[in-house]
Amino acid sequence: MIPSIITLTTNSRKKMTDFLLLTTLAGLGVAIVAGPLGTFVVWRRMAYFGDALAHGAFLGISMGVMLAIHPTIAVMVVCSAFAIILVGLQKQRLLASDTLLGILAHFSLAIGLLSISLQPPSSVDLMSLILGDLLTVIPSDLMWIGIIDIIVIAILIIYWRKFLAITIHEELAKVEGLAVTQIRLLLMVLIALVIAIALKIVGVLLITALLIIPAATARPFSKTPLQMAVFAGFISCLSVCVGLLVSYHYDLPLGPTIVVSNGCLFLISQLIPKRFD
Amino acid sequence: MKSHQALITLDKVSLSFKQTRALNKVDLSIYPNQILTCIGPNGSGKTSLARLILGLEKPTSGKIVRKPFTIGYMPQKLHIDPTLPLRVEDFLSIGLGPGEKLKNQVSSPIFLLIGINHLFQQSIHTLSGGEFQRVLLARALLRKPTLLVLDEPVQGVDVNGQIELYQLITQIQQEIHCAIFMISHDLHIVMAATHDVICLNHHVCCSGHPDLIKKHPEFLALFGAEAAKYLAIYAHDSEHNHTHD
Repeated sequence: MIPSIITLTTNSRKKMTDFLLLTTLAGLGVAIVAGPLGTFVVWRRMAYFGDALAHGAFLGISMGVMLAIHPTIAVMVVCSAFAIILVGLQKQRLLASDTLLGILAHFSLAIGLLSISLQPPSSVDLMSLILGDLLTVIPSDLMWIGIIDIIVIAILIIYWRKFLAITIHEELAKVEGLAVTQIRLLLMVLIALVIAIALKIVGVLLITALLIIPAATARPFSKTPLQMAVFAGFISCLSVCVGLLVSYHYDLPLGPTIVVSNGCLFLISQLIPKRFD
Repeated sequence: MKSHQALITLDKVSLSFKQTRALNKVDLSIYPNQILTCIGPNGSGKTSLARLILGLEKPTSGKIVRKPFTIGYMPQKLHIDPTLPLRVEDFLSIGLGPGEKLKNQVSSPIFLLIGINHLFQQSIHTLSGGEFQRVLLARALLRKPTLLVLDEPVQGVDVNGQIELYQLITQIQQEIHCAIFMISHDLHIVMAATHDVICLNHHVCCSGHPDLIKKHPEFLALFGAEAAKYLAIYAHDSEHNHTHD
């Protein structure tokens, strides 16, 4: 079991500062991409897709344990495969996307649970998987968060106009010469990558909140898509900071605290009179 | 006009979805500088035909020969989710080609004709029906298309606005000399104004100049009652013979 910060003794203060720094950086690293990318989840009504991917992440973790590879890599691979399979299944038009998502989500969750049950009991901490545990962040996690941040932000900047074009009207975008299916897949893979790193912080159950709440909070104050993405990133980082402070101060689990602070910011934003539209 | 001049030629093109046949052996050519309007009852395959021309559907049988050219498209319905904050300027910028700037286009005669420059900073969610259709038209024209495909361009616009919009489309065509393929419900305006008409009911019932179409038995069978109302108003010059054969 990993010790919580509170149980650390005073002579390990330096270690604890390092630990807090690591935790804060990891939290902000996730928040800064989850916010902007979450705007697309909101615009494209993909909230359920986020949830389904989180279920797929479960399978990723168990694969990671089984094959002894870094869990973030395993989750990235499984979630990206999930997105590719979904795009493939969507080509047949008999079943709606939410049905397909439900099938894939629970199928992969069940396989994940089965394969976890085959591991020795100590190898996977189910609770931290479900609820997240930022306090178990190790330097290699931070490295992965950094790599994924750079990839996601670079692709978001390069593909910004294309992502918006397919969000507004896929067929108009296609007539204008965009490779709509590939661009949609790229967006889904980006979400899969962010889910892979967010898993560490808030766990399977609360990942979607990290994507959609900051975007929803940013909406009333935004006049352009870019503003909304930037505001969402800012709000997301703010929630992580507030969550860290509160959870440290009152010894509360971090993931839920971050989501609660996100939820509170959203409620406050609803009380402020709308500025635009 | 010879077929090798055509921008796009459909040769006995059929299109089926599962059990239903949307289009049956349609022959059609669109030539440079031509305005071609497609009319037909609801569910007659008009939008399917437009989608084939746009390359959004592949024909089930038959073949489509097209020259390489730029298409401008004005879709029938464009619902922008209110969760997406979007100004007119942002919406137009998204349709620009790589490296192009909206600034360079706004002073062009086309944009002055369309008359939406004062709306650029406005949210797209607060536009009136007529303003929105103009913005869509502007987006379709951004890439200087050789062929403009308009799917019911005046829907959601009041009657006066409809006539203005049709006039605008004609003016634009004269300005940039593109071809236009337009789907329309407005029989009276179509019959009075457009160059060529194709009457569709899964197959091509008849096509040609409005004066010829008016007398065609298949057209009268489809639109007889409605046509009688409008023809009396719009086709009253004495050279025309109004007796139906």
